[in-house]
Amino acid sequence: MAKPKVGYTRRSLLKAGGAAVAATTLPAPMLWAQDTKDIVLRQFGTGVSNLNDVAKKVKEDLGFTLEMTALDSDSVTQRAATQPDSFDIADIEYWICKKVWPTGNLQAMDTSKIANYDKIVGIFRSGKLTPDSEIAQGTAPHTVGFVDGPGGTSFADEETGWMTLIPTIYNADTLGIRPDLIGRPIESWTELLNPEFKGKASILDISSIGIMDMAMVCEAMGEIQYGDKGNMTRDEIDKTMAIFTEAKQNGQFRAFWKTFDESVNLMASGEVVIQSMWSPAITAVKSRGIPCVYQPLKEGYRSWGGGIGLSSSLSGMELDAAYDYINWYLSGWVGGYLMRQGYYSAVPETSKDFMTENEWGYWFEGKEATDVITSPTGDKLAEAGEIRDGGSFYDRMGSVACWNAVMDENQYMVRKWNEFIAA
Amino acid sequence: MAAIPLKNRHVLGWLMALPLSVVLLAFLIAPIAMIAVVSFWGATEFSIYPAFQFDNYEFLFGSPVTYKVFGATLKYALITWALTLAIGFTVAYFLAFHVRSLTMQIALFLVCTIPFWTSNIIRMISWIPFLGRNGIANQTLISWGVIDEPLEWLLYSDFSVILAFVHLYTLFMVVPIFNTMMRIDKSLLEAARDNGASGFQTLVHVILPLTKPGIMIGTIFVVTLVMGDFITVRFMSGSQRANVGRLISNDIALLQYPSAAATAVVLLCTVLIVIAILLRFVNIRKEL
Repeated sequence: MAKPKVGYTRRSLLKAGGAAVAATTLPAPMLWAQDTKDIVLRQFGTGVSNLNDVAKKVKEDLGFTLEMTALDSDSVTQRAATQPDSFDIADIEYWICKKVWPTGNLQAMDTSKIANYDKIVGIFRSGKLTPDSEIAQGTAPHTVGFVDGPGGTSFADEETGWMTLIPTIYNADTLGIRPDLIGRPIESWTELLNPEFKGKASILDISSIGIMDMAMVCEAMGEIQYGDKGNMTRDEIDKTMAIFTEAKQNGQFRAFWKTFDESVNLMASGEVVIQSMWSPAITAVKSRGIPCVYQPLKEGYRSWGGGIGLSSSLSGMELDAAYDYINWYLSGWVGGYLMRQGYYSAVPETSKDFMTENEWGYWFEGKEATDVITSPTGDKLAEAGEIRDGGSFYDRMGSVACWNAVMDENQYMVRKWNEFIAA
Repeated sequence: MAAIPLKNRHVLGWLMALPLSVVLLAFLIAPIAMIAVVSFWGATEFSIYPAFQFDNYEFLFGSPVTYKVFGATLKYALITWALTLAIGFTVAYFLAFHVRSLTMQIALFLVCTIPFWTSNIIRMISWIPFLGRNGIANQTLISWGVIDEPLEWLLYSDFSVILAFVHLYTLFMVVPIFNTMMRIDKSLLEAARDNGASGFQTLVHVILPLTKPGIMIGTIFVVTLVMGDFITVRFMSGSQRANVGRLISNDIALLQYPSAAATAVVLLCTVLIVIAILLRFVNIRKEL
């Protein structure tokens, strides 16, 4: 007998055989149930939400197989734009959506089929977190979140019932610091270029995100006033790059990072004491017992959001399965899983059921932890009495200064970025 | 079966050459031709469109960054070549002339290949914790009292890039040089000695000329590997330095395929020119 493989054990063979027999006598419903099991949806996206735990849970709860591929942002864009047949579900960021949607590789989703649609946070619908919040600069998710109809190619200004991406995960990013090696309070984005940290700073080498961090710094320094940081003019790009090129040549940066683990290693090894960073990277550094703070800064956060898009080639049973998956995604388990890592879920209230009161208080409400906070994988992240850097959901998402974006002058910016790296 | 055309020697010769020609055509000529064609295409944000324009080359040759990056690439190739040659030649010399027993030679040669049992990414990345600010190298030097402050230039610098290159590619120098040295007729060395040549004179006037083909093959390996690399430079310089490979990989990452293709064509030409120059010095075909 062959070695038992996943999903192909003797027991499952027997069951499948039985089901096949049953299917021949009892036609439709049984056949459907059997086929669900054979459905394989191929999802790809950035490492943040492409978690094997999610795939495992999907198999448990929904019955079909979800194959995950994790790539970096550039590769994700590339794949979504050039290889539409290589995926069924694209887990991409909103700015990537802006770039990829015109290729026609994704299909709009009918919001009436999304059970929790009405509970999705305002940022992804009207653009406003609370009725009186101001919309930040950059590619705010709601601006690329809707199209006019199932075949729409241009983005709609308001909710239309046809969504490009179903939001799944988002967060507010800022600089990460090593408080033990810096030894004084850090309050502004300008500190990234402070000569005090010469040779100990880093930014990320992903042009579309890196340029935003640069813009936050240049604006905080008072060097440049941007019309829209998310859509700079050539002149603004030139000035921004000039400031950073000078800093680079003066040896301000130790390294640039491109992947999550690189940023963790730079910080944990003490090569770098201040850098652009992503929230779970902070968590990863902390779980090694090294102090690391996701420092809220007075100028605000640079925010990003991701969502699930469906390949335009999905249809029939696979499409139904994809909708089931989306509904399941928003129903809370994944949300809870992500929120316990420091991200936010698109429908926080469903996630609450999958978190303890302590966890909900710490991660979402910004309250003091009443007990040890652990990550979904069991690493200790905070002691009782600690509060989350930046406070509550509304404090953090309420002070977003700009969203990750793709600019009209993107090609120009990319060339300038290449020059910056080579400088 | 013995059809008439097969009697013709020419037809038979062509037929025998056909399989290899097809393979080369499909897997070497066609892809390169495709790259050359695409290099004249245009690109938008998310797509490429067929065209015949010189924009990509115009931008490439018009940008000071290109010259700087090609300069850096040649610099890496040159320094790495010199170091791998010095080390590779020494190791091969030791193996070929100092180790007497064949078993021992083979055993030691296999020892040289041990690092190749792991992937080159692993071999490269393992330098990072070693060379880091709080790495083993710096800690050791500090504890010995050689330095007071950690040396910053050990990592994320040209030094670390070249160190990794030398570490990764020296074996490519050792193997061909060792191979040619093994084929040197030992009686030539005896004759040199009998005629009163010193060890150094034998090395310079007998061994060196006879190992030139091996040196040349190793040189071609090292130069092409270094000039085509992108990942070593990215990791070991912490993305602080660029070579041509990185320009190409950045372009590809940003869906600028035509621009990447143009850079690749220019790089290919550069490498071919370098190799053509090298081959002027030694006729490797004669020696193979």
